[in-house]
Amino acid sequence: MPKLIKDGQLVQDDAWQVIDDEQDIQDYSIISLPRWQENKEALLTHAQAGKLGVWIDSHENVDLIGDDSSSFTLIAVNFPVFTDGRGYSTARLLRERYTYQGEIRAIGDVLVDQLHNLQRVGFDSYLMREDQELEDVLRFFKPFSNPYQADVRETKPLFRRRDKAVS
Amino acid sequence: MYVYDEHDEKLLQERVAQFTDQMQRFIDGKLSETDFLPLRLQNGLYRQRYAPMYRIAVPYGMMTSVRLRKLAHVARKYDKGVAHVTTRQNFQLNWPIFEEVPKIFAELAEVGMHSIQTSGNVVRNTTTDEYAGVLAEEVTDPRPYAEIIRQWSTFHPEFSFLPRKFKICINADPDVDRAALTVNDIGINIRRNEKGEIGYRIYVGGGLGRTPIVGVVINEFVPEEDLLTYISAILRVYNQFGRRDNKFKARIKILVKALKIERFKELVELEWERIRDTEDKLTKEEINRIKRHFTEPDYLDLEDGPIELQNARLDNPDFARWLDKNVREHKRSGYAIVTMPLKETGLTPGDITSEQLEALADIAEEYSFGETRNTHQQNMVLADVEQRKLFELWQKLKPLGLAIPNLDLLTDVICCSGGDYCALANAKSIPVAEAIQARFDDLDYLHDLGPIDFNISGCMNACGHHHIANIGILGVDKKGEEFYQIALGGKQGFDAQIAKILGPSVSRDEVTDVVAKILDFYVDKRIEGESFIDAYYRIGHDAFKGAVYA
Ligand code: SF4
Repeated sequence: MPKLIKDGQLVQDDAWQVIDDEQDIQDYSIISLPRWQENKEALLTHAQAGKLGVWIDSHENVDLIGDDSSSFTLIAVNFPVFTDGRGYSTARLLRERYTYQGEIRAIGDVLVDQLHNLQRVGFDSYLMREDQELEDVLRFFKPFSNPYQADVRETKPLFRRRDKAVS
Repeated sequence: MYVYDEHDEKLLQERVAQFTDQMQRFIDGKLSETDFLPLRLQNGLYRQRYAPMYRIAVPYGMMTSVRLRKLAHVARKYDKGVAHVTTRQNFQLNWPIFEEVPKIFAELAEVGMHSIQTSGNVVRNTTTDEYAGVLAEEVTDPRPYAEIIRQWSTFHPEFSFLPRKFKICINADPDVDRAALTVNDIGINIRRNEKGEIGYRIYVGGGLGRTPIVGVVINEFVPEEDLLTYISAILRVYNQFGRRDNKFKARIKILVKALKIERFKELVELEWERIRDTEDKLTKEEINRIKRHFTEPDYLDLEDGPIELQNARLDNPDFARWLDKNVREHKRSGYAIVTMPLKETGLTPGDITSEQLEALADIAEEYSFGETRNTHQQNMVLADVEQRKLFELWQKLKPLGLAIPNLDLLTDVICCSGGDYCALANAKSIPVAEAIQARFDDLDYLHDLGPIDFNISGCMNACGHHHIANIGILGVDKKGEEFYQIALGGKQGFDAQIAKILGPSVSRDEVTDVVAKILDFYVDKRIEGESFIDAYYRIGHDAFKGAVYA
């Protein structure tokens, strides 16, 4: 059973699935970025209907999906290893540079200790690495009640809300 | 000195809780060594050759008496009663027990100290000029800006897994770079434009290590409020495009070199334009809020050169020598800046014991408003001493071994921990420092030689900054044996230079002889008043080479 967390809950019945480039596309398939780029026109309506997702690998720059992002309701960002931090910029730029509104899902080497930063840069669902224990997982989302920086969720840095921020 | 408010305090306590929990999960086998590794590094906990090492942050090098006492206490309770000043103005403990480190962290946090981001592929402790705030030449005090950077970089959501470590350094002296700006990933020189407005000249892509590179200017004047947006833009470009396939090519200097500065700048400034006017733009209120923490202490109205000082100088040549070497001018009349080299022969350069720390805490309270500083030369500073009390202070520092008059001289060695501690070392470095200090122990000779930067690194990672030393020693491995490569001509500062290798590497026994030959040659060839480094550049590398390897 894949371990998916979405909107702060464990989800059992999620239909989305990452597929290989050789597999046939079905409803709720998540395809690779090159496959999307090659077959854009044919796949556009499927994507716009909210039934096709795309995944971006860590070495694929966010500008490669760019404004196409608005056609999707789900974009997955892959972490080949959790120490590869490119995905954080990818997600944040999807939100801030391309004003992408749909779901951003972290896939790959996704660990509980990364959940906090992942949600801050704009992720909203997390396909956790198989071995992760998810009991009591929600505590990993907010180890810090009031971080210093602005992020996708809290658009003002602490210095603009010090007086008002309740700690 | 920045004082935490409830928010800073809470963040620190939350960090202690987070790290304590991570360590517990590691002990319980719920977190693997690999998964725990970056988490513990981001809290300053390493595994070294024989023992763990715990690196404690000293933001921009500033310490207080309260913190010194706490450090003395944890060094005694959890370690061997010794702390070590690093070239990033931090402290290290070399023998803690791995599992106990969260407890040390919790004790440190009681006085606002921590070990956050002293390691790992994150933005590290921002360093600055060790004399920040007490120099007449400064455009402004750089420490508030360093504090702004500290807050911005702490637990940054986007930049917590960079390709490699990231070092930022900031100063505000227009003429002298005491902080090694140009060998940092980002070096920031605070300046004023013609209109008198504050801004930053920003250097990028400097660094030592395997491929030493002197940083280049990416922007001559970034306006004051744009500090965080500009460095965010640099970090964002680096996070996306820096190499991750090869650890040794992952620093930003390699990216800058590969793209060329023009292209790199284009990418950065395109991004900067996009984010420049977001909420991250600094406000005047915030800059002023932070600055209020760095106001001047209650200086007295005093005259320069008081009679007590003049008499003591005349009566006591040892004191006079210390004054000339270790004491420098303060921006306030009647005050002085005192540097305490931690370079006693026979002790590891940069080491300070719990007893010394405690004595120093008392001394700082009595003579320097309860504050001390760490320098990137692995020394410590009392920045605000009344000139009329210098003699008294000297008498107190002397028995503590904190008044050695060798600042900037040959024996004021910068030295990494090397083969005695570090798992990466090719060779030991501490015994080389000791051998040099033992051989050249005649103060008259040392003073006659004048300033010489002498640095030692135990391997290519260059933690001892040997590349920018006038005489730099690098430990190398030759078929399993420890050898040392000697290089000359490195310089720190705005006109930083990378030292050039002199010739074939030598065994440890030979290092001091080679150094002696180099010095003899210099003494023989120098013209009146010429420093070692100036003589080197006048006479030339080959002449030195000939003299040593003839
Ligand atoms: S230079 Fe090498 S030996 Fe010295 S501390 Fe750094 S990694 Fe270790």
